Amino acid sequence: MIDQYLYLAVILFVIGAIGVMVRRNALVAFMSVELMLNAANLALVAFAWHHASFDGQVATFFVMVVAAAEVVVGLAIIVSIYKTRRSTSVDNANLLNQ
Amino acid sequence: MNVVFWICAPLMVLGGLGLILFRKAVYSALSLALTMVCLAALYASLEASFLFAIQIIVYTGAVLMLFLFVLMMVGVDTPDSIVETIKGQRILAAVGALGLLGLMIFSIGGAVTAPSIGMDGATVAAGGNVQGVAQLLFGRYVWVFELTSALLITAAVGAMILAHAQRTKPKLGQRAQAEQRMKAYADRGDHPGSLPNSGVYATGNSIATPALLPDGSLAEASISTTLAERGAQVDSTRLRELTAEAFADAQRVRNEEDEEL
Repeated sequence: MIDQYLYLAVILFVIGAIGVMVRRNALVAFMSVELMLNAANLALVAFAWHHASFDGQVATFFVMVVAAAEVVVGLAIIVSIYKTRRSTSVDNANLLNQ
Repeated sequence: MNVVFWICAPLMVLGGLGLILFRKAVYSALSLALTMVCLAALYASLEASFLFAIQIIVYTGAVLMLFLFVLMMVGVDTPDSIVETIKGQRILAAVGALGLLGLMIFSIGGAVTAPSIGMDGATVAAGGNVQGVAQLLFGRYVWVFELTSALLITAAVGAMILAHAQRTKPKLGQRAQAEQRMKAYADRGDHPGSLPNSGVYATGNSIATPALLPDGSLAEASISTTLAERGAQVDSTRLRELTAEAFADAQRVRNEEDEEL
């Protein structure tokens, strides 16, 4: 019964990983990271339900808090990069490479 | 519970695929919103009502709206380039994803054999889902909870510092501006007062119509340089002819009336 939730979490996690690897737009790559975090959250809640304990739900809560903080800082970085370079493509942020 | 799962799971996978396949970032964000809402429904079906509300409020309400704001700010119509900058990146990514999928599927398959208990008993024992989460949050995990507040404050301050734009030149006050204007008058003879109005004609008085000087030439300062560069400037000589015709007509009618009297 819990298996199906775990398989769904795995599929979503892998889709998110593909997005991070393939997409160039920093915002879309960032959204893919969010999808991976949510996939992990689903697994946590499913295990909480499986073991009849609230610990998994509390862990999910903490993951959400950390994700919110991460989004705020990440988007601020993307905006400041966009302000100076007029681009959100991850390929264009190669100043240290030149 | 099974029904909810089999409705939401395909939608979530579709949303996830939309996230990585749509070329436009706004569509990606909306696909992610679909996935998040379905995930909230799954939380509800897994008897995590507190997380169900938080998922909708925090993720679909705050995080995704923040993403959309930033998307609007950086321009929505900048699609991804399809050119591969790293050779064979797509194939390597596909192989890597298949490997990851296989690894996790085979590690999960059959790993959980015990029957699931379900949250019913725990929820009743704690007196409700929110109460159960709160007992842990303010009991065993209270120290972690305090640390998250520090994390959130740090993130907010960090975002403000990152988004803050340093002024490259000092802001000019009223006195400095007046001094600059008088200096331009002394050095180059620029008129220190306000600029002349745009022209008013019988058929038009928009800001794109230049005014005329007493000798009939155009007053260049009466029209914004932006409009002039854009070519939006109206030909004043044509307007002047129209105005002259209108006045001539009026004068003729007046003369005729005078003769009749």
